[in-house]
Amino acid sequence: MCTTCGCGQTTDQVQTIQAAPASKEVVMRGLLAENDHQAAHNRAHLDACGVFAINLMSSPGAGKTSLLEATIEALKGELGIAVIEGDLETENDAERIRAKGVPAIQITTGTACHLDAQLVHRALHRLDLQGIDLLFIENVGNLVCPASFDLGQHRNVTLLSVPEGDDKPAKYPVMFRASDLILCTKADLLPFMTEFAPQRAEQHLRVLANAAPFLLVSARQPETLTSWLQWLRDELRAQRERLHAGHTTRPNLQGLSEPQADREGAIPGHTHGPRHAHV
Amino acid sequence: MHELSLCQALIEQVEAIAREHRATRVTHILLRIGPLSGAEPELLRHAYPLVAAGSLAESAELVIEPTEIRVRCQRCGAETPAAPDRLLCGACGAWETQLISGAELLLAHLELEAPDSAP
Repeated sequence: MCTTCGCGQTTDQVQTIQAAPASKEVVMRGLLAENDHQAAHNRAHLDACGVFAINLMSSPGAGKTSLLEATIEALKGELGIAVIEGDLETENDAERIRAKGVPAIQITTGTACHLDAQLVHRALHRLDLQGIDLLFIENVGNLVCPASFDLGQHRNVTLLSVPEGDDKPAKYPVMFRASDLILCTKADLLPFMTEFAPQRAEQHLRVLANAAPFLLVSARQPETLTSWLQWLRDELRAQRERLHAGHTTRPNLQGLSEPQADREGAIPGHTHGPRHAHV
Repeated sequence: MHELSLCQALIEQVEAIAREHRATRVTHILLRIGPLSGAEPELLRHAYPLVAAGSLAESAELVIEPTEIRVRCQRCGAETPAAPDRLLCGACGAWETQLISGAELLLAHLELEAPDSAP
């Protein structure tokens, strides 16, 4: 339920099976049903505004904000970009993004180690999506909890930086299983950190039954960003085609994996425009 | 420590269901949690009393039933058990598998005490 503002609510997949007398209830309900419902609402809002949203996840310090700065620089004049920044404290990251001339909303979570759909919803209220093509949601740096919360994004992108070691996917399978794309960042350090083998990192990812692309990038070497930028353009084009056909898509799910076709479905009803003003 | 937020979500759902049935007390809660759900049963058990205090589920028994990780191979079609960090087909070794169980995060069963069902 949209408790923040009471705006148009979307349908949820929650199913309740009540098969017993009043004293014993058999229910089959996802514990995160409330979050998932809010996330579906966020996605419907983004779809109504034609915005493609990406949830960026990684350890603290893997280079999410630097990657965003370099991406904004590379796509300047080509695509409209907005950013939602999640951190425990400070406006530092939002200020870095605003310095690039892009609107940024900072969410400070206090002690919470992840963003949830409700926090993102409140941030969307403060963001004018007019003219925005891509929304990056930079999650709190953490390879554990963010994987469990759908925010309403269309794709999950996980960063794995070279200094972290190539076995991170094996150590954090829940996160890396939920990734639609892995960016191996700080690739300019590979010559100095020979213990990191990109092939090994990719192999750890495949062992999690994840076929997501694995790309080497360095925010300091803009020429290494080509495949990442092309992935963004291709995903945005595919999403526009889906929206045109009345469909949308969800990220690689945290829960049970589904065939790709099941991740794409009709857009639930959504009644308000890009300014997200509720009456 | 997102287990605390999970417990909050759990108590909200449980209380809503209890109210629907005009129950005065929740006596038993069964969760089904998979190793790939991102939730740690032990941490959920620790967080539970903190969140349940003062709710209809304050004295409920919380039972967490772990589920098994199973994958279906898209190459050979076999359904086999797998480990959290190794979701390969147990029959042919291929990595192109689909998870069929092991990521559940489910509220499966509740027992309630309502005035008209009390002994």
